[in-house]
This record gives sequence, structure tokens and C-alpha cells, in this order.
Amino acid sequence: MKEEDRPEEKNPMEDFLRMDRIPHIWCPGCGIGTVVTSFADALRKSDLNLDKVAVVSGIGCSGRVAGYVKFDSFHSTHGRAIPFATGLKLANPDLKVIVFSGDGDIVGIGGNHFIHAARRNMDILVICVNNFNYAMTGGQVAATTPLTANLSTAPYGNFEYPFSLPYLADACGASYVARWTALHLRRVTHSIQEALQKRGFSFIEVITPCVTLYARRNRLGDGLNLLKYYYENAEIQHGADTRTLGISFQGRLIVGKFVDREKPTFLDCMNDHLSKALGDKYVKYGVKL
Amino acid sequence: MKADPKGVLTGAHYLDGDFAIAEGALAAGCRFFAGYPITPSTETAERFAERIPFVGGVFIQMEDEIASITALIGASWGGKKPMTVTSGPGFSLMMENIGLAAMMEAPIVIANVQRGGPSTGLPTLTGQGDMMQVRWGSHGDYKIIALSPDSPQECFDLTIQAFNLAEMYRVPAFIMTDECVGHMHEKVVIPPADQIEIVERKWYEGPKDKYLPYKPDKDLVPFMVKAGDGYRFHTTGLTHDERGYPVINAECQDWCVRHINDKITKNAAKIIKFEEDQTDNAEVVVVSYGITSRVAVKAVQQARKAGIKIGTLRLITVWPFPEKRIKELSKKIKAFVIPELNYGQMALEVERASAGQAPAIRVSHMGGWVHDPEDIFKAIKEAAK
Amino acid sequence: MIYFGDLKAKKGKIHINKNRCKGCGFCVEYCPKDVLELSEEFNTKGYHPPQVINEENCCYCQLCETICPEFALFVTLKKEEEEEEGEKGESRP
Repeated sequence: MKEEDRPEEKNPMEDFLRMDRIPHIWCPGCGIGTVVTSFADALRKSDLNLDKVAVVSGIGCSGRVAGYVKFDSFHSTHGRAIPFATGLKLANPDLKVIVFSGDGDIVGIGGNHFIHAARRNMDILVICVNNFNYAMTGGQVAATTPLTANLSTAPYGNFEYPFSLPYLADACGASYVARWTALHLRRVTHSIQEALQKRGFSFIEVITPCVTLYARRNRLGDGLNLLKYYYENAEIQHGADTRTLGISFQGRLIVGKFVDREKPTFLDCMNDHLSKALGDKYVKYGVKL
Repeated sequence: MKADPKGVLTGAHYLDGDFAIAEGALAAGCRFFAGYPITPSTETAERFAERIPFVGGVFIQMEDEIASITALIGASWGGKKPMTVTSGPGFSLMMENIGLAAMMEAPIVIANVQRGGPSTGLPTLTGQGDMMQVRWGSHGDYKIIALSPDSPQECFDLTIQAFNLAEMYRVPAFIMTDECVGHMHEKVVIPPADQIEIVERKWYEGPKDKYLPYKPDKDLVPFMVKAGDGYRFHTTGLTHDERGYPVINAECQDWCVRHINDKITKNAAKIIKFEEDQTDNAEVVVVSYGITSRVAVKAVQQARKAGIKIGTLRLITVWPFPEKRIKELSKKIKAFVIPELNYGQMALEVERASAGQAPAIRVSHMGGWVHDPEDIFKAIKEAAK
Repeated sequence: MIYFGDLKAKKGKIHINKNRCKGCGFCVEYCPKDVLELSEEFNTKGYHPPQVINEENCCYCQLCETICPEFALFVTLKKEEEEEEGEKGESRP
């Protein structure tokens, strides 16, 4: 819709949100709402049929996104958003399936599902909101927590090595890997737009402030302080080697688009291979004839 | 409606139970299978993987059983009739998301080819130790439907039944077979497609803005839609109201839990199936299911030769349990004899339903082989005293 | 403001849902034209929602709309008549 034709007095987000469930439960200064707005922007700018968009979330603060967006949305169990999305996409390949969940959900408990979906190049977009902890349950240490950060189950500081999510996604074979912070509003939108056009496993990590837990426990201030830290420390390095993207506590944040490759998806591979192996007898699946 | 002929391998075949389950699934319209290999169920997955490219659909071997069951729920919401197959250890892994399927009211079918348990147990040998687990395995109160075939032919027939029941009641339906039936080769007759009755879920056809995903219909089962049709619905594993939105309070919990349970309890009479033989004047009734019911036939023959008035009740639907019939019988007979390949599981249900009117005598065999009919006969003689 | 012939700078009108605001301050901090500041009043949740202090400076970048985590702000394009009304009383550098 042209800007001039937008009706007055109506927040454009109302087309994307279940307004009967707003206000949402996220804390003051939490970045998840910002990422949702960037996501809505990307959908608005793309030419997707929004009836075919399905959003799957797991459990956690970011897992609540499915409950607020006005699409066919699914709030599944902890860590299982990706296999749920796999089943949904394979059952109806016309759907555009987006997994919108948190770092604990996607690479913690969901780690196995993450690596296999990336390996198979399943045609889904995974938006991972990374706030470096398990926030919903009160701020426990996660697989992405930087060394020395203080959280409720690492009360004397985290001594476990964290994941570097873009490295993990790249190593598993993802087609599109990008990392931004919630402050990089337009770039998150642009990345999501690009990823929506891509076929294959797309992964976008968005580092977001967690004020009530991560920031408070580590005396980092409030949302504005965290955004300031992103502003001062984020460095855009498109195409950087994913092995160099580790994050130390309050250290440099390398952001950008790191991987963007064309690779046949799971269904492409299935159809191509079985056609070759079985010839005319093979009944193609999910392919518009 | 009738089955899609593409998936029906009409004819007389010599198949094992596992293969028969795969054929039953294809005949029932299953075009999505997500599974993980586990003895003794792997053959079903293998058969499906071999057949589906010619029928049209998806077979995907997931990374574990948890991914398998979750993919099933996603596929159900995508409009497919999905299936997986597993055994004890995989079944335990699936429990959390069986609860999710019950809560989301997603029709899915799971076959458990039971083996000796607990834990890794006897991977290649039979057992019937998961009968209570299928009913109570996930946390919270919910109800499921479980069927128990006693032969490869029944594996075929009851798989189709399981799909129909899952679709009718929007509930996870289970085929509780065991390694013996699963690996037993017998004649399986697959009828022509137009003789196979298939049921599909109640699709909603009303105005999009009035759709409520969990509003029960007259039969207590809500209408369903699939993703991509523009209904913009939301569904969650959290306690939810008719809109599918999470509502976290005691009133909604009461409504929600009663709803997912009552839709099975109140329709139980339509769901329950069992096979009775000579129970009218019986003094002893042998209650059995699956492979054990076939072994019990020998014991029952011996008992009749010995002059004992014996009847049999073979459970076809194990859950919901036919407690009404057991209660009726308990008033007339001396005792029940329940042989099982476990330490007494369905026997507990018989005991509960007979409410002290007739003792429930267990003939427990821990699995690994089938009963010696002598042991069942001995128990029958005890019961007849 | 007129640049290069007919090109005009866009102007925005900011709509604030005061009661949805949780006082995070993102909009105030990141507005490139310092159009917003946190007000003295309290909303129903007890936070200080933002108020518009320099509406003429709003260049319709929509950054406040995008960054607000509460979906509490949105900006609409000011139409030409509104713009001219504003222009009459002001001097442009």
C-alpha cells in the first residue's frame, strides 16, 4: 500500500498482530517487540501471500511471538519448533514457514533439530532472537552465554564455552546466515526480506537486549545501555569467515550477512534423486506441474 | 468416503505385521511418515520408504523420535494424515509431544511394536509392557485411543481404523502391537479401494472470521482447518480457550482438560470394540489382546475339554477400556484370567472395572517369548474352583 | 523545505499510544531529529510515555515506529495542506 493511502490513526502493526492479545508480556526495554516490527516490515515489503505464511515458535520469551502474530501460528513444545516447522512445510510445500524463537529454544534443547534441519537444507527461515540466556524461566545460563557472564545457574560467572551461532549454522550447511542486533532495524528487515526470497535453510540471529535478566544480573544497565553497547561494538563484516564470529562478554559483535548460497532444498533433492532412480514411475511431490 | 486407490495394494499378500501396518497406512490415505529406526518396528518405516515414491508423499527419517512425533503434529496441521512407528525406548521419547498432540487436538497415528522392557530391554524379542504407558505416558489428564491387533491381517485393518478414529476424534491414535505380531508372516488380504471406508477430519467450511479452532461441535469434537487456507488461527500447547489463545487460569484449565477428556469418554461406546466368545454362560472369562490372545486359544481349548465353562473377551480397542462390559461380566462369572506379556497392566483395569465382584487373576510373563498355554490353563483351572 | 526543484522533504505526524508505553526510551534516544522526549505525566502503568516536542522537525524516517518494542508509536505522512500551514509561520534555514 502506498504511504499516502495508509488510513490515518491506525497503527500499521495492527494488520500483523492479534490486537486482542496486545499488550504483550515482554519487559520494558526487551528487544523482541522490535524484531517483530522488523519482521512485519519485511513481510509488508515482500510480495508474499500472507495467508500462506506460518509462524512456529517454541517456548520462551521469544517463543511467545507466535501467539501475537496474525498468521497461522503454532506455539509448540520447548526446542521442537524446527521439527514442527519441518512437518508443516513438508505437508504443505506452498507454505512459507518461519520459525521465530529464542537462543535457548533453538540451539539449546533444540540443538539436534537445528543441525539436522540445516544439514537437510529444509526450506524454512529460522529467526533466532539471541538474548544470551533462558529468560522466561528467570535468566539461566544458555548455550550462547558469553564466558564470565553471571546468570542464575552460573551465579559465580559462566565458565562454559558458548556457541557461535553463525558458525554452527554455516557448518551444518545453511543456505543463508546473517547476524544483526535489534538496533540494526532496517538491516534486520532487509535480511528477512532476502531470506524470505531464498529457498533452503535460512538463519538470522538477532542479538537483543534482555533488561530484566541478562542486563540486570550483569549490571549492564537498561535497554538503552545495551543498545548503546551494540551501537559502539557492532561491526559490519559481510562475508566474514564464520569461524571468527565468537562473542566475548561485552566484546566486539561482528554482524552482517555471512553466507548466501544456492543449494537444492530437501524436497528438491528428494524429487531430483528419486526421479533419476525411478524414472516415470516416481510421483513427484510438492512440485507445481 | 472411499480409499484412494493409489495407496491400496489390492490382493492377497504374504506380509509380516510391520509391513501390513505400512500398507494399512497407505490404504488409509497416509502420505507423510516421519520416523526413526528402532527394532522391531523399522520394517514399517522401510516399507513405507519403498512404497511412497510410487504413491506420492513424503518419507523422512528424522534425527530422533522426538523430532518424528513433532513433525507429525506439524504435518497434521499442514493437512496430512501422518504416521510414525516405534518401540519402547522411542515411545518414551515421544511422550511429551503426544501430550502436545492431545492438547492441540491434532489427529496423528503412532504404532508401537512393543518389545521387552524397561529401558533397552530385549530389542529383538516380544513384550506387551507399554499398555499403561500408552494411556498415561504424558503428563496431565488426556485421553487417547489404542488398538491391539493380533495378526498381520488385523495390523492392516486396525491401522486403517486407527487413522479413522484419529480423524474422527482429533486425538492421537495408537496401534499397540508387539514384535511377535510385527515379525510374523501371514496372509493379508487387501480389498479393493472402494471397499475400504476412510474418514477425514471435520473440515470447517464457515466464514473465516467466525472460526474458533476449539469450539466443540455436537459430537464434542471441534472442526479443524489447515495452515495456508487463510484462517489465521493460533494453536498452542498452553491451556487455551475456544479461540486457541492461551488463558492461564483455573477456569480455562477446567474447561480445557474436561474437553479433551470428555470427547473420548462420552463417545466411548462408539469407539470401543472387542470380540467375545461363549461368555454367556461362562464361569471364567479370559481377557487378552494381541499375540497373547492367540496363545490363549490353546489354553481355552484345553479348558473346554476339561469341562470348564470358559469364555473369552479379546480387546480390540484397549483404550478406552470396555469397563462396562467387564463390570457386567464380573457379576456373573467366578473370575477373570488375564494373560499378558507384562507384570500385570490391563489386569489392573479389569480389576478396577470388576470392582471386587470377580477376582482378576494375572498370568504374567515378562516378555521375550510368548506364554506356555499350560500356564494359562493352570490359571483357568484355579479360577474355575 | 524544497530541494532540487520539486523534491520536498517528507514530514511526519507521530501517533503515540500512551498507555502501551513502558518507558524504555528507545524512541527518544534514536530519533535523529530529537522530536521526542519522555513526558512528565504517568500512564496507567506508571511509566512516562514520550511526547512530541518538535513535530516540525519530524522527517518521517519511521525509526521510532520500528524500534518501539511495544508497538506504541506510529508515524503517518503529513499531507501537503498540513505542511503548508506549518510552513507559513516558520523560517527555513
